[in-house]
Amino acid sequence: MSLVITLATARRILTQLRHDRRTVALMVLVPTLVMILLYYVIDDERTFGRFAPVLLCVFPFLVMFLVTSIATLRERTSGTLERLMAMPLGRLDLLLGYGLAFGLAACAQVALALAVSLTWLGLDVPGPLWPLVLVALLDALLGTALGLLCSAFARTEFQAVQLMPVVMIPQVLLGGILVPRARMTPVLEWVSDVLPMSYAIEAMARACADPDPGGEFWRDVALVAGSAVLALLLGAATLRRRTP
Amino acid sequence: MMNFADTAVAVRGLRVSRGGAEVLHGLTFEVPRGQVTGLLGPSGCGKTTLMRALVGVQVVSGGEVTVLGEPAGSAGLRRRIGYSTQSPAVYRDLTVLENLRYFAAVLGAPKDDPERVLTEVGLADAAHQLGATLSGGQLNRAGLAVAMLGRPELLVLDEPTVGLDPVLRQELWALFHRLAGRGATLLVSSHVMDEAARCERLIVLRQGEILADDTPDGLREATRTSDLEEAFLRLVAERAAA
Ligand SMILES: Nc1ncnc2c1ncn2[C@@H]1O[C@H](COP(=O)(O)OP(=O)(O)O)[C@@H](O)[C@H]1O
Ligand SMILES: [Mg+2]
Repeated sequence: MSLVITLATARRILTQLRHDRRTVALMVLVPTLVMILLYYVIDDERTFGRFAPVLLCVFPFLVMFLVTSIATLRERTSGTLERLMAMPLGRLDLLLGYGLAFGLAACAQVALALAVSLTWLGLDVPGPLWPLVLVALLDALLGTALGLLCSAFARTEFQAVQLMPVVMIPQVLLGGILVPRARMTPVLEWVSDVLPMSYAIEAMARACADPDPGGEFWRDVALVAGSAVLALLLGAATLRRRTP
Repeated sequence: MMNFADTAVAVRGLRVSRGGAEVLHGLTFEVPRGQVTGLLGPSGCGKTTLMRALVGVQVVSGGEVTVLGEPAGSAGLRRRIGYSTQSPAVYRDLTVLENLRYFAAVLGAPKDDPERVLTEVGLADAAHQLGATLSGGQLNRAGLAVAMLGRPELLVLDEPTVGLDPVLRQELWALFHRLAGRGATLLVSSHVMDEAARCERLIVLRQGEILADDTPDGLREATRTSDLEEAFLRLVAERAAA
């Protein structure tokens, strides 16, 4: 591992993004546009206040998962990964480079979605804002880490896109949005217990409702962060210097 | 006896299987330092697989590969070998210069290295062009430029001249000999036999086995022909008769 190489990798990925304005626009604008759409569909500030934290959770994850899995898949199939593996680049340099670059992109995404929600859409957060931002960023990192991991199981970009609903839909269905987790059948609740998104959504709900989020908030945050680290390490294990 | 001072690559009994079938059947050869060695053979004979084994990105099933005095794939070798893959591994969504700057940072190459290698491969005009907009020949040279970053002692170039026009091919071979003149070792693969004449030493591969390991003149003499393509055909016929 080397800080110089990690930073160079993050800079390279941000430069690639800079050349692809459309992806940047989609990444930054889509969550905000969906928030606005939802606001007018629900047309009730209290109900919107319940759903907004969920969206702030789901979107950074979703977008980062998609962008990362396709970007790393391209790296695997275009031969640049093989070239890098023949160079003095550590596997964690690459993964952290992706995490850093897309984490920064997630910051822009979350900042805009939050700013619009808090002003135009009248989302009311009683406490400080930093817990929301923290959870949203961890979520984005979790998406990045899982995207890296899942890209190892896809051979084509088409397959990578198909993986998105496979990873996303169970997490959203079982995340306690539609039915509170405690009211699910035991098997589903147990599955829900091991899906990191459940804790992200819980943490975000606490951050939005509680002016002084306490121990349970931090437990959720730790679980989400731990899952991201675990996914990152598993992702590193799928990157091999020598391939068959 | 193997002499590390004169030998850049020493391979002993190298076996590699890919997709369940053995594709390299126990190769043994050496590549001398400071020369241009050609790795010749028809498509599918195992050139790319062999080169991947030398740079340490191929899982091998047996044998010993020593590169610049260290086992292939050692961490210490990663700065000393330049490798250009058969399909040019450059980011299509970065400019040529951005590509070079990134790989130079990974290698810890000097700050002015990107500009230097661009000039050497004759691609300075396209420095600010996106990879996706380059022609095939330009893309090839961009890949080659990356391999030259940091002045590696050994350059492993997989079919760097395939599909290029004759003028460009001539220029690249001149560049390879210039690099060898400065002390670098080059291993250059090709499936076109007439490129063999431009190498100082030849390793001819067929179906994962070495058909010949000689100088171009030695090969002509042994097969009693002046045409290297004909020489290859005679080697195949001899092997079939044996
Ligand atoms: N990824 C792979 N999986 C399975 N077989 C492969 C793979 N890559 C190459 N091969 C096989 O290995 C043999 C040698 O391939 P290669 O080294 O690419 O030859 P060359 O570079 O000389 O054209 C061929 O028979 C090819 O079909
Ligand atoms: Mg090949």
